[in-house]
Amino acid sequence: MATHPGHPSVPDRSDGMMHGLDPAAEDRAQTAPAGAPSRGGTVADVLAELRGTLPDEALLTDPARLATYECDGLAAYRVTPGLVVLASTPEHVAATVRACARHAVPFVARGSGTGLSGGALPHAEGVLVVTSRLRTLHEVSAADQRAVVDPGVINLQVTKMATPEGYYFAPDPSSQQICSIGGNVAENSGGAHCLKYGFTTNHVLSLDIVTPDGDQVTLGTRAPDAPGYDLVGAFVGSEGTLGVATRATVRLVRLPQEVRTVLAGFAGTDEAGAATSAIIAAGIVPAAIEIMDALAIEAAEAAVSCGYPAGAGAVLVVELDGARHEVADEYAAVERICRQEGAFEFRMATDAAERAAIWKGRKSAFAAVGRISPDYIVQDGVVPRTALPEVLRQMTRISAEQGVRVANVFHAGDGNLHPLVLFDGSKAGETERAEAVSGMILDLCIEHGGSITGEHGVGSDKAKYMPRMFTDDDLDTMQLVRCAFDPHGIANPGKIYPTPRLCGERSGRRQGAHPLQEAGLGEVF
Amino acid sequence: MTLLDELADICAVREAGEADEVDGVAARVVARPASTSETSALMRACHERGVAVVVRGTGSKLTWGSPPTRLDLVLETGAMDELVEHAHGDLIATAQAGMPVRALAAALAGRHQQLLVDDPVGASTLGGMLAANVSGPRRMLPGAIRDLLIGVTMVRADGTVAKSGGKVVKNVAGYDLGKLLVGSYGTLGVITEATFRLHPVPPATRWVEAPVPAGRLTDTLGALVHSQLVPGALEVDRPAGEDTTTVAVLVTGTEGGVESRAAALYEMLPGAQLGDDLSWASHYPWQHRGSDTEHLALKLTTRLSGVPTLLAQAADAGVHMRGSAGVGVLYGSVPAADSTPETVAQLRETCTMLGGSLVVLDAPRASKETLDVWGPVHGLDLMRRVKHEFDPTGVLAPGRFVGGI
Repeated sequence: MATHPGHPSVPDRSDGMMHGLDPAAEDRAQTAPAGAPSRGGTVADVLAELRGTLPDEALLTDPARLATYECDGLAAYRVTPGLVVLASTPEHVAATVRACARHAVPFVARGSGTGLSGGALPHAEGVLVVTSRLRTLHEVSAADQRAVVDPGVINLQVTKMATPEGYYFAPDPSSQQICSIGGNVAENSGGAHCLKYGFTTNHVLSLDIVTPDGDQVTLGTRAPDAPGYDLVGAFVGSEGTLGVATRATVRLVRLPQEVRTVLAGFAGTDEAGAATSAIIAAGIVPAAIEIMDALAIEAAEAAVSCGYPAGAGAVLVVELDGARHEVADEYAAVERICRQEGAFEFRMATDAAERAAIWKGRKSAFAAVGRISPDYIVQDGVVPRTALPEVLRQMTRISAEQGVRVANVFHAGDGNLHPLVLFDGSKAGETERAEAVSGMILDLCIEHGGSITGEHGVGSDKAKYMPRMFTDDDLDTMQLVRCAFDPHGIANPGKIYPTPRLCGERSGRRQGAHPLQEAGLGEVF
Repeated sequence: MTLLDELADICAVREAGEADEVDGVAARVVARPASTSETSALMRACHERGVAVVVRGTGSKLTWGSPPTRLDLVLETGAMDELVEHAHGDLIATAQAGMPVRALAAALAGRHQQLLVDDPVGASTLGGMLAANVSGPRRMLPGAIRDLLIGVTMVRADGTVAKSGGKVVKNVAGYDLGKLLVGSYGTLGVITEATFRLHPVPPATRWVEAPVPAGRLTDTLGALVHSQLVPGALEVDRPAGEDTTTVAVLVTGTEGGVESRAAALYEMLPGAQLGDDLSWASHYPWQHRGSDTEHLALKLTTRLSGVPTLLAQAADAGVHMRGSAGVGVLYGSVPAADSTPETVAQLRETCTMLGGSLVVLDAPRASKETLDVWGPVHGLDLMRRVKHEFDPTGVLAPGRFVGGI
């Protein structure tokens, strides 16, 4: 299991929560006028309101069961939620959020819980709304190139249902066998093939959402360019801070006539990087270009025996897809370029099994480093692609100076780095050193005009880095959107933004201090 | 002291004339800031004074949408027309909002790169293209401008300067404000700079065009959309009252690849012709018309499988239809004198039934007064809240957008 040296800033207070049922709180719940949150409401108030509305088995209060939801894919941050709601319908989600809104209780939405930035880290005095039971695949339409799915539907399942019709769902995060569409929408998930086909945001046409007020609203249309603001575009990637998606209409992409996957072995990442640049400069946009360095290859070999070229200091994986003739032309160019740049081995997968074998090493890389290190941090940063060689050299220097091993796996085509910082948490000082190196890598990305996250999200983990990338005014402006959707700041508070913005007052809405501040919950990461 | 005098220290200003009207509404002053910081100072001053502002690039789409409910100042972006950076190795370009789309294309061409958009209007600036969400045939593969915009600098109504995104394609840090600004008609902020993802210019390009009778249209479009020939555009054109639709498919790529795909398309389309260029597809159907007739300019969207139905109904209603059958975004033109609000309402009902919408992009002033320009919109309450947060006093293009925003 991946571990992370960070410590949650939210104290685990779930104990106090469930024991402290305050009878006065119920009174407040009953007397609070609809739409106006009562002050200082608690999870107990929400629970009292939901009992009778939702089936009992949908409401988890048993501490042992609550504890199973204490983290997402970033396991070092752990907070036991005050209440878990296993929603089976959009109405369950709406009823839960409405109750949270009424009592000014924070809520966090969670799909499969595979996120790597602590975006679905629960709130100790809040409700965790789990959408994984909403898993109906309503429609797959080849004629319209659309699928309509519930948020709990697994990413790969969409592709599996569409494949017989000749289509697939393009975003393919490495966790695609278990991650859910709702999570993809929240995180704007990418994957190896987003170089050519874009991210989740380029594939979502319409969303049904539950707003932080508990209203059910449809955004967008099945066709592109719905009139009005592109609220679908604003919602995708908002990491659960603008509401909960309860249904998505997504694009399906036609399966290509031809796919060729190439594996090339190089002496080192410099050569593999140069080949990448030359491929792009030749006007080729492959479906994917991935690089793994020696340490990442070692880990992948240990874990899944992927049979990558022996002695390679770096491997380059290039996937070309499209119409047959074009792919053949591009393949010839890629082979020529790789050999020119010093590839000592060049293989092509000729069928699906060989292709899967090439991808197996790459897709298992994160988990595989568990074979060569007791603990590791998965970092996610982006640099302009042309800065890759320089940034890699700097990372090697930092790694040597700090005595911390870093394995590198990256989406080279778009400059998205996934350094794996290796350490042994049982040894004094290693955890701190690893965290320091991880932070230095993000600084490198920012210095080179890149981003602190390409696809894992900001979540709980990187909110503190946001001011290094954006000014206060930038962050304030982004949070205007937050204020429009969630004026009381109850949707996944504490994520993305290090300092919550106090939203302006609005007629017909609750006046006074920020409810989370008032409740002592306004946290700063 | 007049408004003109008050603003004269901030940036270039002049008195507005008749040519500066926005959809028939007169302005008092035209301001021409030369930088983001001048735009910021200007907006702060306007905000303090409650001065209503409409942003203008070349003014080619100022009659789109609803006319402003009030107007004091036209903010011209023409003095911000530079290419800031072309990182060709990264396939990225940053340009100021007042740069004409055509000028950017020329600047990128030397490196065989392009911003993969079409500007059927022909005179758009980057800012105008973003604000009005302009698109054309080639959106089929890379998506529209929203999908190519990776970073944006904006000036808020109160003068605050903010950025979102950046200059890397893959980036999920913070909200994507660019998405909100695209198609917002200048109601949320003033875009001053934008960064785009670029594409290589393909070595070869071919159009295959054929007339398709109504009886075969559904099957033909279905087969083309479902083909694995990777069409870069799938366009249709159907004049009012006609039974035959012209279908055109674009393929781009390597010489050999384009030749083989064009040959395959030729087989699929009886009576097909091949060409390197296709002039009609790069214009909206209301263009190339004499200035003596006034037209309604409609944007109609539908699910892909609904395109034949929509084409048939529109043709019967006297609307000349044209657009992207491979995307489900079409445009219609009908003489204002031949149409009634019922014509628009009925077509809108069809679009809605087909999973899309109908917007009256442009129309003579008299027609606009009798028409519902934007139609019903999902999530209007949230949109109003967004507008209120960004522009609480309503100085940016008041009334130009959906629901009176």
